Amino acid sequence: MTKPQLVSAAVMLTAAFSAAAEIEIGGSASAEGRYFLQDALYPGQPRSQVSVAIEPEFYTEWNDGDDSLLVRPFARYDQRDDERTHMDLREFQWLHVADNWETRVGVGKVFWGQTESLHLVDIINQTDMVEQVDGEEKLGQPMVNFTTYGDWGTVSAFVLPYFRERTFAGPEGRLRPPTPIYGDRAQYESGAQQQHLDYALRYQNSLGDWELGVSFFDGTTREPELTTDFDEAGQSYILPYYAQVKQYGVDLLKVQGAWLLKFEGIYRSGQSEDFTAAVAGFERTTVGVMGTNHDLGFLMEYQFDERDNNFFATGQNDLMMGVRWTFNDIDGTEVLAGYIQDLDESGTYSGFIEASSRMTDNWRWKLDAYFFSADVVDTYLYMRRDDQVQMTLEYFF
Amino acid sequence: MKFVSRLNLVWLCAAMIIAGPVAAQNAVEQGLTIAKERKARDSGWNNSVASMTMTLRNSQGQEATREMRVSSLEMQQDGDKALTVFDSPRDVAGTAFLSFSHAMEADEQWIYLPAVKRVKRIASRNKSGPFMSSEFAFEDMTSFEVEKFTYNFLREDKYEGEKVFVMEQMPQDEFSGYSKQIVWIDQAHYRVRKVEFFDRKGDALKTLEFEDYQSHEIDGKQFWRPYRSFMYNQQTGKSTELKTNSLEFEQGLDESDFDKNSLRRAR
Repeated sequence: MTKPQLVSAAVMLTAAFSAAAEIEIGGSASAEGRYFLQDALYPGQPRSQVSVAIEPEFYTEWNDGDDSLLVRPFARYDQRDDERTHMDLREFQWLHVADNWETRVGVGKVFWGQTESLHLVDIINQTDMVEQVDGEEKLGQPMVNFTTYGDWGTVSAFVLPYFRERTFAGPEGRLRPPTPIYGDRAQYESGAQQQHLDYALRYQNSLGDWELGVSFFDGTTREPELTTDFDEAGQSYILPYYAQVKQYGVDLLKVQGAWLLKFEGIYRSGQSEDFTAAVAGFERTTVGVMGTNHDLGFLMEYQFDERDNNFFATGQNDLMMGVRWTFNDIDGTEVLAGYIQDLDESGTYSGFIEASSRMTDNWRWKLDAYFFSADVVDTYLYMRRDDQVQMTLEYFF
Repeated sequence: MKFVSRLNLVWLCAAMIIAGPVAAQNAVEQGLTIAKERKARDSGWNNSVASMTMTLRNSQGQEATREMRVSSLEMQQDGDKALTVFDSPRDVAGTAFLSFSHAMEADEQWIYLPAVKRVKRIASRNKSGPFMSSEFAFEDMTSFEVEKFTYNFLREDKYEGEKVFVMEQMPQDEFSGYSKQIVWIDQAHYRVRKVEFFDRKGDALKTLEFEDYQSHEIDGKQFWRPYRSFMYNQQTGKSTELKTNSLEFEQGLDESDFDKNSLRRAR
């Protein structure tokens, strides 16, 4: 090799290396204030709480993008609730992509399903319950995932080697039963406890106007049952019990002009009762309402669950009605509002408003409000004074 | 001087050869012939990857920019496929949009929301809705297919000094936001230079101008792409400018790069 060749080879090597080691950094940080509209029901609970959170993201890829690593830690500090002050590794995932298959290894997040008011089929990730009362925030799930795809659809297989416990508000937090749920005193059906190896399998395909998903899960239930125990001082407390379950799920979506028809159904066995649950409904969107360029969507979903007494299964015979209002403005303003009525008990209902808009390219405000009501023994009876308004300022970098 | 006049003579003869038989056809057939030629001239580019900047302006002068990357795949016997990934504003970075455009059936569209890792199907009838808050509707972003319209040739004219065909095209889809479009197509390369959009009531709605056409050679054939498009909404005073920062053809893309798995891992 002549000297100029050597030099150019070295330059190319350096360039290749720096390209490979290039790390993209992004993410968000936020400050949030929560205000509860009524005095607390239980002693020790605050009227308001302030918290801050950060969720940076680090990404790098190599092999021409066929391999990539995504790292996304999360941390929140809450002024009042020690249980809400928490950290999590949302993602730490190596993705390898080939022509008709891909693997994801590490900690990740997976979403399954089609409906809006409930996510019955979605079971891979545990809910980070202290984050948001709507249950949309999830904890990172350790997994080995293999996915293969073709004209016939997509098949995805998961091995889940470690179980994540659901998070619950502490004694100084609102949105809880009269005594806190002690998440860290969880009991398990399996002797392996959190080390139990869970499996999941999913088939997904788009067939013209249809979206079809069929799934199976075998392992530790993500949705615990609550039991009571006594501590050393003879005080009673609530703890979660995680049974071994098998869950079969189906999710469907049909495009019908301006209508999206949605369905999710599950059958789960292994908990104190075997049951089916389903949610079905539609979303109909009108564009350019009343001479503006706003989109207005109407949502209605019926929720059914065979279980009578699960704290987390609130949609037993309930109807959700909602409105999604998209302004299509430069600031990306959106409002989603909904109301869920229990069809058995007229006094049991809940409502929510989620609004957000951009202030600059990097700043966004969010206004969320949740309301609960119940006059018979129900999950919402415990939270009947926990109506809240929450303001969040989010910075994206 | 002699050379120029000879060239003009050649052009005149060519124009006469084209215009002669064309004039004999009725306006509908003539319009269809032009539309077919427009499609034929743009057939065979196969696939491309572009990086674009979209600038939104409202009537108060407020301005915002969005950065995005668009991968496109030409489909024979069907409308094209496109995957768009947004890089800014930061709160929507990573949001990806997949569309299968069809000549006769409704288009198929999906959006990927990275924060919740969710792929959502979009109702196909909403094609008249704005694309990312811009003055471009979803239907303006999909590929031109001859079967999407019926045609009516209006006249020959000059646009920015070049000879053009001016014709009307009426959307076949009842869910289109337009009653008709008037298009200016240059006679030299069958490139669209300008489009006037009329709303469902028949009122003038928007004007789209294509500028800075650049030519790309693929397998010996020339393909023209506008590096700047400017859409102005007469009814609201809002406008959107779409600028191409880079455009590469022959990127080795195939259908597997345009499915829901590729949408999920787009970034």
